[in-house]
Amino acid sequence: MNKNIVIIGAGISGCSIAYQLAKKGVKDILVIDKGYLTNGATGRCGAGVRQQWGTKANCILAKMSIDFFEHAQKELDYHDDIEFKQEGYLILSSSKEEDETFRKNVALQNELGIPSRVVNIEEALKIVPHLNPKAFTSATFCQTDGHLNPFKMTEAFYLAAQKKGVEFHFFEEVTSIDVKNHQIQAVHTSKGVYETHIVVNAAGGFSKEIGDMVGIDIPVYSEKHEILVTEPIEKMQGPMVMSFTQNIYCQQVPHGSFLMGRTTPNQPHGHDISSSWQFLDEMSKTVTRIMPKIGELRVIRQWGGSYNVSPDRQPILSDCEQLSGFYIACGFSGHGFMFSPMTGILMSELILKQPTSVDINDYLMSRFQANQPTDFEKSVV
Amino acid sequence: MNDKNIIICRCEDVTLADVLEYLNKGMTNIEDLKRQLRIGMGPCQGQTCQELLQREIARFLGVPIEQVKTQKTRPLAGGVKLKDIARGSKDE
Repeated sequence: MNKNIVIIGAGISGCSIAYQLAKKGVKDILVIDKGYLTNGATGRCGAGVRQQWGTKANCILAKMSIDFFEHAQKELDYHDDIEFKQEGYLILSSSKEEDETFRKNVALQNELGIPSRVVNIEEALKIVPHLNPKAFTSATFCQTDGHLNPFKMTEAFYLAAQKKGVEFHFFEEVTSIDVKNHQIQAVHTSKGVYETHIVVNAAGGFSKEIGDMVGIDIPVYSEKHEILVTEPIEKMQGPMVMSFTQNIYCQQVPHGSFLMGRTTPNQPHGHDISSSWQFLDEMSKTVTRIMPKIGELRVIRQWGGSYNVSPDRQPILSDCEQLSGFYIACGFSGHGFMFSPMTGILMSELILKQPTSVDINDYLMSRFQANQPTDFEKSVV
Repeated sequence: MNDKNIIICRCEDVTLADVLEYLNKGMTNIEDLKRQLRIGMGPCQGQTCQELLQREIARFLGVPIEQVKTQKTRPLAGGVKLKDIARGSKDE
């Protein structure tokens, strides 16, 4: 079977790329996933979308992605609700050092058109009244950040892409990729062979393994991050509350439940995404210290997922110098969901050799070969 | 009885009509249905609806119920207050 383009991975990135390519008139696109829709990192993420970043490259992707989400429901003609809620992210600072970093971040964000601001303890308590005032020293707030339902957003891209003729194969695993004369020839899966000259690696946690299939060493690794969810209650919190040093993000989703996650330090790299009691312990302690009232809620479920981490914790959106026809969208370092609209737009421009909507150099894989260090993103939980 | 009045998942208020809509769209495995409809995501974690859903999928696909995979079981087994966990781990 001949295919124009084979996209590996039906998470939010793969679906967004497929949609943008189809929108530009590309025919015979096939998206392959080894599981169900959103079974990787997308369906396991914290459902937050934010623009408060510490590097210019991340700020730009985030801002333009939020612009897309604001009209996504309409553009994708989605029958259901993507649950986009712009009630902000409140990021807590816990030290003088962090205060200073945040001030610099806000200045950068404002310069790029992101309406974030520094708030003091009093103002923060007006935004989230149940915060423990002793748990932070100041905060930053951006009203246009917020919540988006990962399952619904992905389904919206998926259905819109399907309507434009994109073919999706689920429960089908890519096993090898044929390369001849520095060109991709075919993709082999557990169910068949597809002849193609263009492959897009949007395999999330497994993108390094896909790179290995064609002899391209992608500088990323996968790492387990865990989340828990509580029983639903009446609305009591608008924004996502987040702290990098105290290691927490916590929001009440429109459904009513609270969703919260943190990083387990010293995780071995790999594909283990099992749930741990250590996470449950630490998460409970952290959240009851910062927001004691939330301690009254019962935990319903916990789960794990993969961050696919790049050396500077900024995404890799790239073609490949050593292998033409091989395109890479990975290394989102935990934020592929919120950058997904720009992933689709920029990857489609790269593949179709069109001028890119933003300067692509900061996102190319070749940035790691240059001798100058890239901006390192510190604002990650 | 109208399919819209038949509740399959009582924690999340998912009806038979909701389930049939997604089955007809081609989403015929429990993990997909769970994510799109929230079926089995409530406080009982699918203990009530799982078998009902399996039976509906089996009927729709015309396969024996044993061939319909159940959803992944996740901890906790029952709801526990965050503050009780926090306190419990402090006392250790």
